Amino acid sequence: MIPEIGQFALIVALCVGLVQALVPLAGSSLGIQRWVAVAVPAALAQLLFVGISYACLTFAFLSHDFSVLYVAKNSNTELPLIYRISGVWGSHEGSLLLWALVLALWSGAVAVFTPSVPRVMRARVLAVLGLVSCGFLLFIIATSNPFERLLPAAVEGTDLNPLLQDIGLALHPPMLYLGYVGFSVAFAFAIAALISGQVDSAWARWARPWTNIAWLFLTLGIALGSWWAYYELGWGGWWFWDPVENASFMPWLIGTALMHSLAITEKRGTFKAWTALLAIFAFALSLLGTFLVRSGVLTSVHAFASDPSRGVFILGFLVVVVGGSLALYAWRAPLLKSAASTRLLSRDGMLLLNNAFLTVVTAAILLGTLYPIAIDAMGGKISVGPPYFNLMFISITAPLGVLIGIGMLIRWKQDSLQRLTSRLRIPALAVLLVSLGLTLALPQWQWGAYLGIAMALWISVTAAMALYERFRHRALMSALRSTPAGFYGMLLGHLGIAVFIIGITLTSLYTSEKDLRMAPGDTYTVAGYEFTFHGVRDFNVANYVATRGGFSVRSVDGGYRTEMFPEKRVYRVQNNPMTEAAIDAGIARDLFIALGEPLDNQGAWAVRIYYKPFIRWIWLGAIIMSIGGLVAASDRRYRRLVRSRSPAREAAEQPS
Amino acid sequence: MNRFVLPLAGFLLMVGLLGYGLSLDPKKVPSPLIDKQAPAFSLAMLEEPARQLSTADMVGQVWVLNVWASWCVSCRAEHQVISELASRRLVPVVGLNYKDDPADATRWLQQFGNPYATSVIDRDGRVGIDWGVYGVPETFVIGADGLIKYKHIGPVSQESLEQKIMPVLKELLG
Repeated sequence: MIPEIGQFALIVALCVGLVQALVPLAGSSLGIQRWVAVAVPAALAQLLFVGISYACLTFAFLSHDFSVLYVAKNSNTELPLIYRISGVWGSHEGSLLLWALVLALWSGAVAVFTPSVPRVMRARVLAVLGLVSCGFLLFIIATSNPFERLLPAAVEGTDLNPLLQDIGLALHPPMLYLGYVGFSVAFAFAIAALISGQVDSAWARWARPWTNIAWLFLTLGIALGSWWAYYELGWGGWWFWDPVENASFMPWLIGTALMHSLAITEKRGTFKAWTALLAIFAFALSLLGTFLVRSGVLTSVHAFASDPSRGVFILGFLVVVVGGSLALYAWRAPLLKSAASTRLLSRDGMLLLNNAFLTVVTAAILLGTLYPIAIDAMGGKISVGPPYFNLMFISITAPLGVLIGIGMLIRWKQDSLQRLTSRLRIPALAVLLVSLGLTLALPQWQWGAYLGIAMALWISVTAAMALYERFRHRALMSALRSTPAGFYGMLLGHLGIAVFIIGITLTSLYTSEKDLRMAPGDTYTVAGYEFTFHGVRDFNVANYVATRGGFSVRSVDGGYRTEMFPEKRVYRVQNNPMTEAAIDAGIARDLFIALGEPLDNQGAWAVRIYYKPFIRWIWLGAIIMSIGGLVAASDRRYRRLVRSRSPAREAAEQPS
Repeated sequence: MNRFVLPLAGFLLMVGLLGYGLSLDPKKVPSPLIDKQAPAFSLAMLEEPARQLSTADMVGQVWVLNVWASWCVSCRAEHQVISELASRRLVPVVGLNYKDDPADATRWLQQFGNPYATSVIDRDGRVGIDWGVYGVPETFVIGADGLIKYKHIGPVSQESLEQKIMPVLKELLG
């Protein structure tokens, strides 16, 4: 009964979605206020019904209802509670339902938290979100029903994919979806603005906090995925340029460009058409990501639930949503005139360059991801691997690091080269010298390390200068009061980048790894730490059997001691072996032990030991960036606007 | 015609490409190599780099070529299934270690177990191009006559082993 309620609620949600999409849109163009007013309650009703449907599927998981095919395939009576909750999005159908739920949550948030936005604008935004939601609900109902019954019911479920039985991966999809789907809000704002022909500073101000929040979730989602790959896949690697990783990274890059270009549009009233286009692109790339993951066009580790008929549907949806938006753009964008011209030597110019670099690097990643299909279309065969992506990415983004520093200090509108060079000469020299010293202190000289350290220091020093400049001529209290949260958010975001650069540079250049044959009692030294192996023991845990190796670790100088327990697990239902590495995490280094295979009957094992300097900084950087996004989104002026908007102005914005 | 139409044009081009990609359906549409002579190679063995294995050595028997790499995450997913296929001892399973560092590859086999009769090293991926390798992993079934009988793209699941590969093998083995 409960699953049927869930499915029924989905159908109701689709109907409500149609109302949410069509009535306010018609009302706003015909000037019928009562129709416009439908948008907010419709969005809330949609949230209610998608929520009910989602709760029903969760209930089926919690109650081990194996008469539901999806539950039978992705759960088991021995599955721990937390993975029964996360199992809801453990496979295709449920993860789409989560997508629909997240979209409904965002729509609900827009309905509730945008009192400052004129009613007609808000109705149009909600209508666009409603349209997107209809597409997804239709997709679920037509091709991917999570409530399909299995009769007779299975006695026992076939268990959740063991790779997904992990807290990092349990949280990864919701975070990612909050980010992906969050860009639909900026997208809906852009479409609404294009419909009304009004892309202006006020519009940019409404769209900014939503973009920031979507971006911060996407940042966290990607970081979680990378963290998971690091500890779960047992390679010590943290990024593979897998098509699906690229699919999440491209919206992130365009989202980053969008945040910066919204800043120019708000501040200077320029780049309007470009900003609207970026908002469309960010969401289009999120949809493309879904297409790539769910259609099986590209084979990858993530394509566990691909199906061509679903691919056709998503492609059609992509054509309608993105093609429609770009057609609207082609029609309306020529009307958008910049309020001012832009000079290269100004903050506007720096932000423009930032956009150019981010867009180019995204295009290059898109090219690398789709190239195999394109070549195939021309009758050839090729695969594009990490060497292409690494070289391309580093060479395109390195100039961005320099730009970040200049961008924080340069003035809006116009600056003089002389002023800039006189201010930046000494800090630049100091950065180069200090980096030289720091790099010399490392185990061996590497030019890459020098560049990475210099880049990170440059960003940190210029951020400090920007802060100093704000506070220099003012009393502390008044400076604190007058500095907007967006400024601190910007500094944090950029500092996050600096921390991230240190992390990737030092990890990729100074990792030590050893593959060893270790018998109980053996001791080896890796990068200044002695590892002693004490043999393995077997444990019977919940739904898997673990072979656990015991290691004691001490630093050569004797100042640090710890124990580490890497595991090999066999999940009973699917009989899958998994490697569970032991990681001793530290701010300046991780120690990482992965257990290989038993080598003989005397208890010797193949063991892989890593010493990874500064790898935490990669994710620490991502966390700092997302805190920056949160701080920026909390800026007072996004709320203050509520009171300062006059009714007269709102009336002026009614449809003509 | 204005420049604002360009994004739409670019997008439509991409859709055409994706639509084409969809029609390919890498998992079902047979490779153009099916029932063609298996491209010849002679490559060093991973276990004993001094020795070479060539396609000529395999003529007269049915065999399976599994393209893998230590950097390939999906290969880990299918490893169990490939091991199972090898353990049935119906046909030799040869690994083509594709664009990989032999040291990494050897470690990978140590860590997860080595199901292969032997693995040969295709360091620069040249043989992979001859075989039309599109992504890793891929699995080929080659008949005693040296013709490619079946190609599987992506990780082999238990299901595809039983329903796709085993029937082909059974037919070939009579």
